[in-house]
Amino acid sequence: MSVLQMETESAAVNERPSAENYLNCSHGFWSWAATRDHKRIAIMYLISVLGAFLLGGIFAILIRMELWTPQRTIMDHDTYNHTFTLHGAVMTFLFIIPSIPAAWGNFVLPVMLGAKDVAFPKMNLASYYLWVGGALFLLAAIVLGGLDTGWTFYTPYSTTTNSSVITASIGVFILGFSSIFTGLNFIVTMHTMRPVWMTWFRMPLFLWSLYATSIIQVLATPVLGITLTLLVAERALGIGIFDPKLGGDPVLFQHFFWFYSHPAVYIMILPAMGIISEIISVFSRKPIFGYRFVAYSSIAIALLGFLVWGHHMFTSGQSRISAIVFSALTFSVSIPSGIKVFNWLATMYRGSIILTTPMCYALSFIFLFTIGGLTGLFLGALATDIHLHDTYFVVAHFHYVMMGGTLVSFIAGLFYWWPKMTGRMYSEFWGRLGCFGVFAAFNLTFFPQFILGARGMPRRYYNYPPEFQLYHQISTVGAFLLGASLFVAAFTLIHSLFRGRKAPANPWGAASLEWQTSSPPPLHNFESDPCAGDPYDLDSQIYDPDLSGYRFRVESERLHSTNDSAI
Amino acid sequence: MDPKTMMAVSETDGGSFWFPTAGTQIAKEVDGLFYFILALSTFFFLLIVGLMLVFVVIYRRRPGYARKFAPDHNSTLEVVWSVIPAILLILIFFQGFTGFLDMRTPPAETYEIKVVAKKWSWAFQYPNGYIEGELHVPVDRAVKLTMTSDDVIHSLYIPSFRIKMDLVPGRYSSMWFQANQVGDFPLLCAEYCGTKHSDMLSRVIVHPSGEFEKWLEQASNLMSTLPPPEAGKLLYNRRGCAQCHSMDATARTGPSFSGTFGTSQPLADGTTVLIDENYIRESILEPMAKVRAGYRPVMPSYKGQLKDLEIDAIIEFIKSLK
Repeated sequence: MSVLQMETESAAVNERPSAENYLNCSHGFWSWAATRDHKRIAIMYLISVLGAFLLGGIFAILIRMELWTPQRTIMDHDTYNHTFTLHGAVMTFLFIIPSIPAAWGNFVLPVMLGAKDVAFPKMNLASYYLWVGGALFLLAAIVLGGLDTGWTFYTPYSTTTNSSVITASIGVFILGFSSIFTGLNFIVTMHTMRPVWMTWFRMPLFLWSLYATSIIQVLATPVLGITLTLLVAERALGIGIFDPKLGGDPVLFQHFFWFYSHPAVYIMILPAMGIISEIISVFSRKPIFGYRFVAYSSIAIALLGFLVWGHHMFTSGQSRISAIVFSALTFSVSIPSGIKVFNWLATMYRGSIILTTPMCYALSFIFLFTIGGLTGLFLGALATDIHLHDTYFVVAHFHYVMMGGTLVSFIAGLFYWWPKMTGRMYSEFWGRLGCFGVFAAFNLTFFPQFILGARGMPRRYYNYPPEFQLYHQISTVGAFLLGASLFVAAFTLIHSLFRGRKAPANPWGAASLEWQTSSPPPLHNFESDPCAGDPYDLDSQIYDPDLSGYRFRVESERLHSTNDSAI
Repeated sequence: MDPKTMMAVSETDGGSFWFPTAGTQIAKEVDGLFYFILALSTFFFLLIVGLMLVFVVIYRRRPGYARKFAPDHNSTLEVVWSVIPAILLILIFFQGFTGFLDMRTPPAETYEIKVVAKKWSWAFQYPNGYIEGELHVPVDRAVKLTMTSDDVIHSLYIPSFRIKMDLVPGRYSSMWFQANQVGDFPLLCAEYCGTKHSDMLSRVIVHPSGEFEKWLEQASNLMSTLPPPEAGKLLYNRRGCAQCHSMDATARTGPSFSGTFGTSQPLADGTTVLIDENYIRESILEPMAKVRAGYRPVMPSYKGQLKDLEIDAIIEFIKSLK
C-alpha cells in the first residue's frame, strides 16, 4: 500500500464529522449491561475499578488519620485492624490486579490489533460480571462482621479469627476467575486475531506486556483459588491443612499464597510498564530504543516472577538453603526491570520531548518506580531483609512500586487514551497540575515510611512509640494532599466531558493502530482496514492544523526534515 | 501501651538517621551492607533521574530545534547496562548471604532461653525454670532463643540487634545474638497477630557482666519471699494478664479482675458461675471451659507455664482487688 493511499484513507477517517460511534450507536440500560463490545466493557470496568479505588482510598485515609497520634485518634484496635485489611484487600483484588488489563487492555488491545473485538466477547462480559460478583462478596464480608486477617489471610490467624473470612475468600476466588477469563481471552486474541502483516515483533509493546501478564494470570491464579478453597475447607469443615491444632502446617499456607501473590505483583506492574513504553516513545517522537530487549524483558520478568515467592518468607523459618536460593533468584528479576528503565531513557535521548499530561505521568513513573525498584535491593539481600521485613520499609517499597508504578501508569493511560475513549480533549494545564500534585504528595506520603521502617517501626501497628509521630504526621499530610491531587485529576477529566474540545483521531501523533480510527471509534473499531505499519514509526505522522491532530505524512513531506513543526 | 515499655522504646533510641542504636556486632554488619546498597542506589537513582531531567531540558520540543539522528537499538550498550548491574547485584547478594549465615549460625557455646509467645504477651524461660515477660541477658555472651507460639504466628523483633524470627505454633524456631552494649532495647512482635498486635511489646535488658546471674537468682526467689498478693500483682504485670484484664473495673478483651471475686457472673452458654478459687484456676489452665458472657473465647492456656505457687499468688491478688 502506498503512502499516498494511506494518507487519503486516514484523512477520510479524520474528516468524517461526528459519525456514529460505539458510545452513541445504541441506547438504554441493556445496551450497556448486556454489551459484548470490548470498549463498553472496558468503560464498565474502568468505572467499577475506579469505584473500588475510591473505596480503598477512603480506607487509606482512615488509616492515616488514626496514625496521626501514637495512641487512639479516631478508632479502636479492632476497627483499625479491619480498616487496613480492607484497604489491602480492596486495593489489591478489586483495583490493582484488574485495573490496567481489564480497563486499558480491554479497550486498546483489539484496536491495536486492528480487530473488531476480542476473541471471546461473551467471555469478556462474563469476566466483568465475575468481577462484580467477587466485589459483592468482598463488600458482603465488610458488612457481615468485617475482615481482620490482613489481605494476606495468614493461617492459623485466619482459620481462628471470628471475622468473615469465608465470605471474603469466596469473593477473592470469584475475582480470580474474572482475572483468568481476561488473561485467556487476551492470549487467544493475540494469537489468532493479529493481521497477517503484524508479526510478533511488530506488535506494540503494550501488547507484549499484556501477553506476559496474561500468561501469569492463567498459570498462577488457579493456585490462589486452590489455596483459598483449602482455607475455607479448614474453617468450615475442620479439615487440618494449615492449623497445627488440626495437624496442619501454617507455613505451607504462606508458600501457596505467595506462589500466586508474588507473580501477581507482576500482573500489576508489567502492563504498567507497557503503557510507559508507549507513552515515552510517542512523546519523545522516537521509536522505542531496543524494542526486542524491552519485549523479551516482559516475558523474562513473567517467567522469573514464578521463582521468587520465597523472598516473602525469609523470617518464616524456611531452611537456610531455600532462603539463599530465593534471594539469588530475586536479584535476577531486577535485571530485566533495570533494562526497561535504561531503554526508556535511551528512547528520550535526542528525542523531541513534549511534556503533555501523559508524558508527565510517565516521567513520574520512572522516578517513583526507580525508587521502588532500588529499595527492593535492600529487601532482596538476606541480611538487611531480616531487619526490614514486616516494617514500614516494606510498606513504602511496595507502595512505590504498586502506587507510584501501577497507579501512576494507570492514570498516564487514562490521560493518554481518554481522547480516544471519550472523543474529548482535557485541559493540559489542569492535567499537568494534577500530575505534579500526585507526584509531590506521593513522595511526601511514602518516603518518610522508609525511615520509619529502617528505624524499626513494624507494619500493621495501631499504637506506636511517640518518637515516630513526626514521620507519621508527614505521611498523613501527604495522604490528604495525594487524595486532593487525585480529585484534581478526576475533575480535569470530568470537566472535559462537558467542556472539552472534540478530540481528533490522532491527537498525539502516535503510530499504533488505535489512532487510525476516529475518536471515539465506531462500534466495530474501523471503517476500513487500518494500514500496515511500524507502531513506532512516529515520523510517518505529521501535525495538520486543519484537523488539530496528526495524519499520515505523504512522501513529499517526509523528504523535508525529520522535525515536525507542530506545537 | 504500658508506659514503662513505651519509655524503654523511646529512651534507647540514640541511633542514626536511618537506624536505632546497634547493640550487636552483627547489627553493625547489617548497617554496613545497608549503607553500601544505599550508596549504590543513590548513584543509580541520580544517574537515571539526572539523565531524565537533562534529556527533558535539552531535547524538549521547541521552535527551531531539530531532532538529530539517534539509533533505535545498540546491542553492545544494552548488554553493558545489563551486565554491569548484574555484577553489582551478585556483590549485594553475596554480602547479604554471608551476613545471613552469620546471623543464623550460633557459636558452639550459647546461653539458652526458651520463648513462648501468645496473644499478646511474651514469656521468656531461663534455664532454672524461672519465667518472665522481659528478656534479660548478660552482655558479651552468645544467647540462643528457642521459640514457639501457643496460638497464631508471632515474630520476635529486636530492632537494635537487627534480628527477627517468626514463632510458629507447633514447631520450634531459633535465633541467637550477642549483645555488646549494656542497656534496655525494645522488643516487638512483627507478625500481625490480631487485636493487640501493636501492644505486644517488651524489652531486652542487657546486664553488665557478672550481674545477670545475681539478677536471675534474686528474681527467681522473689515468689517465695514476697507476700502472695504482691507476688500475684508482679505476675499480673509480667506475664501478660495486664494486656486483657484491668485492675479498675473497665472491661478490656477480658473481664476485669476488680470486684469480681465471690460474685456470680453469667457465662456465654447461659449458665452462671461463682467466681471462686476453683473457677480462677480452671480459667487459667483451661480458658475455654467456662467463658464469661460478653467476651470472646480468645484467652490462651497457661497450662505448664504457671506453677501452682504462682497460680495461688494470682488468686490471692484477685481476691485483694475488692
